Amino acid sequence: MKMRARILGAALVSLLAAAVPAQASGEYWSEPNVRVDDRASLQRGAKLFVNYCMGCHSAQYHRWSHVANDLGIPDDVVQENFIWLTDELGQKFQVGELMEISMSEEYGDTVFGGMPPDLTLTARHRQEDWIYNFLHSFYLDKDATATGMNNAVLEGASMPHVMWDLQGLQKAVRDDDGQIVDFELVQEGSMSPREFDRAVNDIVTFMSYLGEPAQLERRHIGIWVMLFLFVFLLLAYLLKREYWKDVH
Amino acid sequence: MASEEVDRNRRRFLTGATTVVGGAGLVALAVPFVSSMGTSARAQAAGAPIEVDISLIQEGQRLTFEWRGQPVWVVRRSQRMIDSLEQIEGRLADPESQQSTQPEYARNRYRSREPEFLVMIGICTHLGCSPSYRPQEGAAGLGADWLGGFFCACHGSSYDLAGRVYADQPAPLNMEIPPHMFAEDGQTLVIGEDEETQTG
Amino acid sequence: MSKLLTWVDDRFPLTKMWREHVSEYYAPKNFNFWYYFGSLAMLVLVLQIVTGIFLTMHYQPSAERAFSSVEFIMRDVNYGWLIRYMHTTGASMFFIIVYLHMFRALLYGSYKKPRELIWVFGVLIFLCLMAEAFFGYLLPWGQMSYWAAQVIIALFGTVPFVGPELAQWIRGDFVVSEATLTRFFALHVIAMPLVLIALVVAHILALHEVGSNNPDGVEIKKNKDANGIPKDGIPFHPYYTVKDLVGVAVFFIIFFFIVFFMPTFGGFFIERPNFEPADPLTTPANIHPVWYFTPFYAILRAVPSLAGSSFPGVAVMGASVLVLFLLPWLDRSPVRSIRYRSIWFKLLLAVFVVSFIILGYLGAVPAGTTETIVARICTILYFGFFVGLYFVSKFETTKPVPERVTTK
Repeated sequence: MKMRARILGAALVSLLAAAVPAQASGEYWSEPNVRVDDRASLQRGAKLFVNYCMGCHSAQYHRWSHVANDLGIPDDVVQENFIWLTDELGQKFQVGELMEISMSEEYGDTVFGGMPPDLTLTARHRQEDWIYNFLHSFYLDKDATATGMNNAVLEGASMPHVMWDLQGLQKAVRDDDGQIVDFELVQEGSMSPREFDRAVNDIVTFMSYLGEPAQLERRHIGIWVMLFLFVFLLLAYLLKREYWKDVH
Repeated sequence: MASEEVDRNRRRFLTGATTVVGGAGLVALAVPFVSSMGTSARAQAAGAPIEVDISLIQEGQRLTFEWRGQPVWVVRRSQRMIDSLEQIEGRLADPESQQSTQPEYARNRYRSREPEFLVMIGICTHLGCSPSYRPQEGAAGLGADWLGGFFCACHGSSYDLAGRVYADQPAPLNMEIPPHMFAEDGQTLVIGEDEETQTG
Repeated sequence: MSKLLTWVDDRFPLTKMWREHVSEYYAPKNFNFWYYFGSLAMLVLVLQIVTGIFLTMHYQPSAERAFSSVEFIMRDVNYGWLIRYMHTTGASMFFIIVYLHMFRALLYGSYKKPRELIWVFGVLIFLCLMAEAFFGYLLPWGQMSYWAAQVIIALFGTVPFVGPELAQWIRGDFVVSEATLTRFFALHVIAMPLVLIALVVAHILALHEVGSNNPDGVEIKKNKDANGIPKDGIPFHPYYTVKDLVGVAVFFIIFFFIVFFMPTFGGFFIERPNFEPADPLTTPANIHPVWYFTPFYAILRAVPSLAGSSFPGVAVMGASVLVLFLLPWLDRSPVRSIRYRSIWFKLLLAVFVVSFIILGYLGAVPAGTTETIVARICTILYFGFFVGLYFVSKFETTKPVPERVTTK
């Protein structure tokens, strides 16, 4: 019986290991350091996200009021500094509303060849490290796209390098097989590479929160639930042992 | 064998302890389920105060806004309409608004902060229909002595231009006034919020 | 209180039912680890129904709003995320428990005379559960929901003669669409749960009619004391209620650990492509069913198409589930428990379990040449178990079965 359990266990482990999808990673690939309980990082990320991403991308499943509550930003600060969109009467959207944008479908189709995708859940289906590397990997490539930029993670991405003023411009360094191994800065941006890493990390942290806001509280609740269940298990076990003294 | 004899007290204690702890767990588990039936963030957003630019409303005009899924009327009363509120008081059930629901600042003849603007939830206090706006004097079908007001077609209740109900009508109360206030610029009316209910 | 009870008992067999099914239902005293999963399956059924009711309050079964209503639950509804994670985790746990419960029956011959009907009801429950899970998986209306439904329904399209019309009838449209979503919703929240509950009642009534089997496969009713109570039996309540309570506590620790600390379970319980809304124009890479269907999906893919029709694969996959019904009659050995059966039976069962697990793995990864060959071998081994069992059970030499149950 023990033996069988062990085989079963080993099979399960290999099943799990095999099912983690292989990542299309080059040598330049690096891992972000996402800590959603770092409120300062979340707040910086939110600001960057609103300024750099929400020009074109919506986060239409989430509400401004959640961002205000969860990140500890006062409602009126969110209202004043984050919300730009107005309704047809020229009135600004309220904090209770969804994080939508005003770009029309037609405009998106003409300019980008398709509506820029909603970003609410991108961290959940692409994963955080993909976003982190995607935002790092814009490089100069005259012939690739209309913007003269290409992206090593998503070849031919129609998204322009919106943070070029922060990162600067870089070109790809390739090995003998033509694979991109690294990037080389050819024009400096307003941020040093380390500052830019942090900025992107902040965006990714915010997007991780955006993908699953519940992660801010679920682990905290989970710890109490676990503690309770262990107490209950102990009691149930003692009770069982007490009753089973009758059984011979 | 003595050690294996049933210890009734221990058994009773363990049964009790497990029941109490397990029961507490069940109650705790019920909390999120009960709570999920409360107002969601969406419902709260829909219930958030709304802002109205009063310069868009003309004299004698009534505009309807939605607040918490209910019609909220804003009427800009003319001088004639304001004067009518005093003349009619003898025919009303509760001219002083003693029984009805309104913020303290609207417990007056005009049932509003400023006589010019009436802000009111447009729902008949009888059975919840929304009355129609009949501002003209002697409006068709409402009698020659009609001074303007609201008429509920469902069961024939009449209200004056401050939402006060006529005496001997199916409707028992004056219509409800929601909390409201004028913003500092004097041009924006905030419905659903006043100095008292205002939060952070 | 007792007066009230008498009043009720005069009008409804409350005390009688309690005695018959709980306090005076005598179960063998030698149940081991494998016997926790019956009561746990009941618990998960209740959890799924309760969480499901609350999800239904907020979910919108329309193509336009299904996906966003799930995110509405995850964000705007108070504790909606908790209720949804309990439901998604519950779905996977249900299958884990049911697979272990069925494996127990294989170990100790619980399907054998006179318990054939318990087994048949059980397989029906399993079928029903598969349908329930399949219907439910479409509801979030993500990419995986959509394309998994598209592929599975296309299987019905391979049925000779009526296939295309059948698939179209199931969908109610030329592709999976809102028509499909609304009918799956109706089946998921009303039809299937009703059938499931009815079958569970039948399963338990049949069990309590003949009595529980046990790890020794000994019929405890053959040895009764002067009062007519089986000597090896103990009342279900309080002995097994307190024992199952320990099982419930352990189960909840695992269950809530997943819910609170790894709700997607690394993409197994909630799959990543399902965080993108359904798009009928773009198929995601490597679509595959959720893990609990992958063994059967691998069998489907392993079977080559015949004369331009992929129906054989569908037929073989269907057979792989339906063959379970025949088990009580394929196993001709008079001995129930694996403890007293031959090494040949043990080997057969081991091969069956291993091939089932390998098939489960293969169904989750893209099919290459090697994978297809392995899948074919495992498919043969899967069916080989049933064929082998028919002969082994007739000719194997078994060990003597004790008169009474054994305990450590």
